Amino acid sequence: MLTSITSYLHSNETPGAAGNMFWALLYILAIFLGLSIAVIAMNWLERKVLAHMQVRLGPMRVGPHGLLQPIADALKLLIKEDIMPAHADRLVFWMAPLITVLAAFTTFIVVPFGPTHAVTDMNIGILFMLGVSSLGVLGIVTAGWASNSHYPLIGSLRSSAQMVSYEVAMGLAVVSAVLMTSLHGTGVYGTGTTGSGTGTLSMIGIVKAQYDQQIWFAFKFFPLGLIAMFVFSVAMVAETNRAPFDLPEAESELTAGFHTEYSGFRWSLFFLAEYSAMIAVSSIAVTLWFGGWLRPFPNALTGATWDLLFSLFPGFSFLGLGALALLSAMRMPRHRMFKIQTIGLAGFGALLALIGLGLLVPPLRDRVQDIYWFVAKVAVFMYLYIWYRGTFPRYRFDQLMMVGWKILLPTALAALIATAVVGVF
Amino acid sequence: MQPVATTFFFYFLSALALLGAVFVITRRNAVHSALALIVTLLALAGIYLMLYAPFVAGVQIILYAGGIMVLFLFVIMLVNLERAEKEKQFNQQWLIALVAAGGLGLLFVRVFTESKTVSGLLQKPLAQLAESTNTQQVGIALYGNYMLAFEIASLLLLVAIVGAVVMAKKRI
Amino acid sequence: MSEASKYLSQLQVGEGEQTFLDSNELIINMGPQHPATHGVLRVILKLDGEKVLGTECVIGYLHRGVEKIAENRTYTMFNPYVDRMDYVAAVSNGLGYCQAVERLLNIEAPPRANYIRVILTELNRISSHQLWLGTHALDIGAITPLFYTFRDREEILKIFEKYCGARLTTHAFRIGGCQYETYEGFERDVKSFCNFVAPKIEEYEELLTTNRIWVERTKGVGVLSAAGCKALGVTGPVLRASGVKWDIRKAQPYANYSEFDFEIPTRQSGDTYDRYMVRMAEMRQSLRIIRQAVERIPEGPIMAKVPKVIKPPPGEVYHSIEAPKGELGYFIVSDGSTQPYRLRVRPPSFVNLQALDLMVRGQLVADVIAVIGTLDIVLGEVDR
Repeated sequence: MLTSITSYLHSNETPGAAGNMFWALLYILAIFLGLSIAVIAMNWLERKVLAHMQVRLGPMRVGPHGLLQPIADALKLLIKEDIMPAHADRLVFWMAPLITVLAAFTTFIVVPFGPTHAVTDMNIGILFMLGVSSLGVLGIVTAGWASNSHYPLIGSLRSSAQMVSYEVAMGLAVVSAVLMTSLHGTGVYGTGTTGSGTGTLSMIGIVKAQYDQQIWFAFKFFPLGLIAMFVFSVAMVAETNRAPFDLPEAESELTAGFHTEYSGFRWSLFFLAEYSAMIAVSSIAVTLWFGGWLRPFPNALTGATWDLLFSLFPGFSFLGLGALALLSAMRMPRHRMFKIQTIGLAGFGALLALIGLGLLVPPLRDRVQDIYWFVAKVAVFMYLYIWYRGTFPRYRFDQLMMVGWKILLPTALAALIATAVVGVF
Repeated sequence: MQPVATTFFFYFLSALALLGAVFVITRRNAVHSALALIVTLLALAGIYLMLYAPFVAGVQIILYAGGIMVLFLFVIMLVNLERAEKEKQFNQQWLIALVAAGGLGLLFVRVFTESKTVSGLLQKPLAQLAESTNTQQVGIALYGNYMLAFEIASLLLLVAIVGAVVMAKKRI
Repeated sequence: MSEASKYLSQLQVGEGEQTFLDSNELIINMGPQHPATHGVLRVILKLDGEKVLGTECVIGYLHRGVEKIAENRTYTMFNPYVDRMDYVAAVSNGLGYCQAVERLLNIEAPPRANYIRVILTELNRISSHQLWLGTHALDIGAITPLFYTFRDREEILKIFEKYCGARLTTHAFRIGGCQYETYEGFERDVKSFCNFVAPKIEEYEELLTTNRIWVERTKGVGVLSAAGCKALGVTGPVLRASGVKWDIRKAQPYANYSEFDFEIPTRQSGDTYDRYMVRMAEMRQSLRIIRQAVERIPEGPIMAKVPKVIKPPPGEVYHSIEAPKGELGYFIVSDGSTQPYRLRVRPPSFVNLQALDLMVRGQLVADVIAVIGTLDIVLGEVDR
């Protein structure tokens, strides 16, 4: 038992591939924990970033700069009365949030945070991810139906139509990225490498293909990769019901859409699922088009110096954040009312700095680097989500369908065919 | 990787699939039936995985559980459920259905018993496919050996789409 | 039969097309508690899927009997009540009422009072339009403009607060002029506000005018033709967006609007986008008027000679002004006593709201929200 635990440390496989149950469970736990923290952080960040876009401050009261606000919110949700509408279908009403949250969390089994940092690597990785995340819509549909109320019903009808429609465009965009794993191209489109020509659906395989071909798929067969990436990144916003495609929960039309009748803990499950799904689709985008865990220029800037330089990134960015927190702690008003806040912020900064220092220790440094780059790339997409929400009005339902079927679908199809043609000839 | 607790998972998934199937036909509420059907489909996907056919499992989840069942639910929600629940669930042909089901069951039993004695059939284990190339093999089969059949099937689907559009839309 | 009634008779909109599954008509209640009905409006929607087959507005949730209250108050006592009707444009309401009573008394406010009135009313028009823009954009899903407009509206409210002590229900004017002299630095504040807000209006436009989604959501939505407007008595920016150049400030100048140089912005197609553009242009025109008024504001008294007890001679008067939302009219019948015998308000929101059904039939649910927003109703005024 013990030997199998320690021996895995030297293997270069995922725990799933190595058949190591202990490490697989540990990874699942770590991902679960990390995801929960990410959702909490995302909640705080969204409120702060959106607030600053909208000339206000956002949460400022609970903890320094509102850092504890998400925790206070979660606490509030937990102790809130759990209401079930009269004549609601009790069983289905109870199951709906579970389905959504399960679907959103299960996808993370195959997300590759690094060459070995994934629970398992499936032969059908990307297919599995798309499939399981598409199960989430079942929870939304049943939630709307079980609520026995008109607004949720309309909301869930909207969302099912929307998600089914955008899955098509999304799938086609994904296929063109999968196609690129086996196509090396010739002439101007050539990547300068040759290979056996077998493609792969495995998430790790896709990233490795990008490493082998020495190009992120977003820039491969320029501009075909970019087009597919663009189609995907529009479809993924629609798929997660976020602005400007947030019709299922269009606040001004349907009060809160499919989760109008939900409250307390059940509602918070929907919330958790929505944000996890956002992270999941962002991870797909990063894996398929932006080189997953690969650090910038893994082929061009090689050598011990560059390796060292890039591996210092995680530590130093945490140190930088810590310094920022300490700086703003110093700039806090000198008043006894702010004493606890100042101490808290300084403590938070010290914690970040400590993590940063820890990440500079050599063995950890190399292990964590992949995860860092992956998370950093996902964070860019998450920021885009917030940005969209601050900028765009909401689409109307027929316009949403038109965008999906008449613009994205043909574009994705054309990009797919062009990719095949360019890649083969 | 070596499979873990194969027998347990086989019986677990089979039981789940059967239970779901029973619920599909016994629930009076159409939405409950649909949800039970989803359970069955997912259990089948699990069994496909155990048979080293991950591609089929993935497609099962995407198409059946994620796609078709959502549309099913979509339609069911628009139907007046209160009226449907009061209607009689079984029609008068239960006798014929029973005979047909019994015949099919006998056939299965016969095949199973025969295979124990007669050589062939179940005794010879199928060549185990490598999990890692499953998708590629499906692709090669579909676009190699069965190219024509595949294309004909897609043509058939196209006809079905056109038919659905014609039926649903009064003016085109 | 007039052109208008002929138009109305053509508008017998059929029961929407029967659909494939022809049993999915859905009746839903939008409001009175709903985030986008701007108060306590209740709209009963008959839907076919997402398509609106018909609507019915249920109003009266905010009914306070303002017109009946007027019959039991003296003319002076009733003055603050009008602020509570259109509470986002309280100054305009006050102006209309005071001028109506002044006409009944046959007195004229002194020039300085008129200038102050014009400045405050136009400031109020900008603030009303800003609030409209923020909430309308929020209804359509753009959350950011709301915060921008509220930030800038705050400056106007600060000026009101400095002038009369109240921010919203200002009670700024009195019968016969103004109660308060302008405070020290009033002109400077107004001027700096004009310079402050002009680029902000560009900022709103930058966010929305060419935004693809905004254009798609508003162009061709809730079209109301000029004939339709006339038939239903719709006034204000809604009417002007349909191509009718009608603004009471120009057509029947009151206060001293005839002294100012400004234009009436109009657009042709009468859809939500045009109403948006008209209101944006109106904000700029209001700024233009304010700038002129601040430059030319004369010295002098701010109150005309008004008897201590207001007792108008028997008779009746109808006086209307161009409120931010349309024609705001007061019809007062006096029987010679200290209280009005009957007071009737012609609120623009109430009259404009009746166009809702016409504008949304056959469109989608989301358009109902957009149209309620674009009509710029205030339920305090609809219900009174």
